[in-house]
Amino acid sequence: MYGLGLAKGLMVTMKNFIRPPFTVQYPEERLPQHPRFRGEEFVWYDERCTGCASCAKYCPLGIIKIVTSPSETAVLEGDKYDIEVFDIDIGRCMFCGLCVEACPYDALFMGSGFERSRYQRKDLVISVDELRQAVKRPSTWFRPQLENAQYDPQEGKPLAWEDVGREKWPWHKQEKAGAKINRTVHRGGAESSQDKK
Amino acid sequence: MVPFLQDNVIYRGVYCWLGGNEGNAQWCGRDGLLPGGYEWVAYFVAGLTIMLILVNGALLGAAVFVWAERRLLARFQARRGPNRWGPWGILQPIADLVKLLIKEDIIPTAADRIAFTLVPIIMLMSLLLSLAVLPFARNTYLANLNIGVLYIVAVSSMTTIAIFMAGWASANKFAMFGAMRGVAMLISYEIPLILSLVGVVLIAGSMSLVSVVEAQYLPFILVQPLGALVFMLGITAELNRTPFDILEAESEIVAGYHTEYSGIKFALIQAAEMAGVLAASGFLATLFLGGWSGPFLSTQLGALWFLMKLSFFVFLFIWIRATFPRLRIDQIMAFAWKFLLPLAMINFLATAVQVYFFGFYHGDVPGEITRNEQWVMAAINVPLAVASIAAFGHFAREGIRVPAVRLESIVPTPRVAEVD
Repeated sequence: MYGLGLAKGLMVTMKNFIRPPFTVQYPEERLPQHPRFRGEEFVWYDERCTGCASCAKYCPLGIIKIVTSPSETAVLEGDKYDIEVFDIDIGRCMFCGLCVEACPYDALFMGSGFERSRYQRKDLVISVDELRQAVKRPSTWFRPQLENAQYDPQEGKPLAWEDVGREKWPWHKQEKAGAKINRTVHRGGAESSQDKK
Repeated sequence: MVPFLQDNVIYRGVYCWLGGNEGNAQWCGRDGLLPGGYEWVAYFVAGLTIMLILVNGALLGAAVFVWAERRLLARFQARRGPNRWGPWGILQPIADLVKLLIKEDIIPTAADRIAFTLVPIIMLMSLLLSLAVLPFARNTYLANLNIGVLYIVAVSSMTTIAIFMAGWASANKFAMFGAMRGVAMLISYEIPLILSLVGVVLIAGSMSLVSVVEAQYLPFILVQPLGALVFMLGITAELNRTPFDILEAESEIVAGYHTEYSGIKFALIQAAEMAGVLAASGFLATLFLGGWSGPFLSTQLGALWFLMKLSFFVFLFIWIRATFPRLRIDQIMAFAWKFLLPLAMINFLATAVQVYFFGFYHGDVPGEITRNEQWVMAAINVPLAVASIAAFGHFAREGIRVPAVRLESIVPTPRVAEVD
């Protein structure tokens, strides 16, 4: 009969009218974010970083600038450096995450932020001081094992440097502070069993 | 005091408060503030008061309707709508109005200045004039004209002229397109619209809206289902609302007839359109849903009943707008001439026969149609409505018949030599 199609259409809109609105009121409400989101606000652990600048070398855009000087506490080894400049120009960053993949010491992580808009381009450069002071909530991208410890970048407390790496590295901090430590590297279960044989 | 105003509660209140002296004792019964001989001041002030209430009420209602429409349309589309300023964003129309007020009021160089400027005034005027006969509650109206229904039809038709003036005076092709489409559509829809009102007038035995309300022992939407349907659809077209908004189709012709309007002129045109929806809902409520009458407290809270019925129709208009896409011009014309017009005629003829039978049942003097007779009429008219919608829906659906393209006419087939 004529008009039944119209009635059907009216019912469709009425169904939408009754259900709650779809819109999220962004500044007040937020959708839950994925923990492996690759966002801004890089998380950098000074204690883990040796200043090797692998991240800067691997960056496809060349936007990480690192200036180091030999540390006075371990001059002879030549492998300890003071990091003077660690600039990340996120205005040009494409958030590929290759710097995080490249870091041999698990010192650099992606963050979860997306709200770092500024009026000036130069304000988009993250300096080393900012990196040192930032809240350490690394994204679990490239280190999903962090999720096994019930860690969520949106909630919970920030992670300390000891908890983020693939392995414990207990002597590194003291070494950076200048202490001479006799290194006996523990290489996990398989190798240690080989050593016993 | 003018006789047709003496029933008006507001008018009598203001008039008697100011200038009820000996001469007016039969209406007021006590002395007013002004000394004798100054009744004309009271007359003037009382008239101004009513006009102030009507005009500002209409414009304020338009503002509230803008907000309600945006909110409800948003909910129909699973959005939230304006919710930033005021509780639930109710102050949004004020922000809109301020924005429109501080905008530049542009008149194009090629435009006919006088006609261009007159358009918003005529649109708003025809709307406000039509509100004069609308009874908001018992004894609350500006004028109880004995030709009320005719007056509404006559006055609201002026919008068509304003729309064509806008299109012509703008010297803009889109405005002209919109105005031409609009005039073609509006004039076509006038006919079923007026014919659908004839049934109501026949039953009530009067064109006065107050008499129509008082004659509704049943809501006329039951007694006159076809009339209500045709009037509802026709008034949707008269209000230029989706799905009949071809005259300001924003996806085809920029903004149709008000393309060139900006600033306060645009605001006035919008206000007239929005308040037009309220006025149309008010007329629907008055003519087909019993106006101020209701099962409880209709003498004390008649205005509340009226407002509830009005809001129901407003919601219906918004619901229709949220649902249906814009029709093509041929579909619109087919709908008016092939669907609404026959339905209005059927309704008119059926009602005329019924009124002749019931009204003159008791003798030569046309009698009142009583409650039971209205029930009988409803019992006849509702199945009639369903049957005629089913029958004439077929015609409306067809639209323009396009001749089927034959393959032979495009691809020339090799002719076989004719053999005798």
